[in-house]
Amino acid sequence: MTEYILAKYNFWIYVVLMMIGLYAMMGKRNLVKKLIGMNIFQTSIILLFVSAGVKKGGATVPILRHSDYGPEHVEHLIRVADYLNPLPHVLMLTAIVVSIATTGVALATLILIYKRYNTLEEDEIMAIRKDIRSYKTPRILRSKD
Amino acid sequence: MIWQLDIILLIFIVICAIAAINIKDLIGAVIILGAYSFFMCLLWTEMGAVDVAFTEAAVGAGISTVLFIGAVNKTARRSKD
Repeated sequence: MTEYILAKYNFWIYVVLMMIGLYAMMGKRNLVKKLIGMNIFQTSIILLFVSAGVKKGGATVPILRHSDYGPEHVEHLIRVADYLNPLPHVLMLTAIVVSIATTGVALATLILIYKRYNTLEEDEIMAIRKDIRSYKTPRILRSKD
Repeated sequence: MIWQLDIILLIFIVICAIAAINIKDLIGAVIILGAYSFFMCLLWTEMGAVDVAFTEAAVGAGISTVLFIGAVNKTARRSKD
């Protein structure tokens, strides 16, 4: 049983990283820290998928070697057990590109939030928004005038 | 797949992740996030996912860090937690 648990160490680390990211998204109050947590969460999921594509027993990078046997014999000589599973890798390429796109949009939104509220702490932003709702002058406007 | 190297890289990754969310200086946190991405890229190279690894090295450790540093420079550098 212990051996079975230890053999899957990649997946345990994946769970640990995912929980670190989730804690940063829910527990931290700074918005940049939340974004860093979201990045860690996304990378942990990519780690899960890449770990699922690994094979034991000397499997290598999924590139066919044409030069050994000549191109006409290639399809008869492929043994699937010799190559890693390339499907999770290709899926995760898309995930990396999506993650950089979401990071860019989130950072642009953070800059807009900072221009509007002059802070990036979530509790201060909530206090300013409460001020606006009860028709008082917000703190940023008071400090500027 | 060499499991000793794998374990060492995974330990570094967890240390970098914990450090990145606990440092109060945001520039430092972002740089440690870049180191985290690069360790992740090394791990994937070692696991045989070469295409994912160099995309992560270019996009995750490179462009993402630059965007973060630009945004932190335009906003506040200190965080309260």
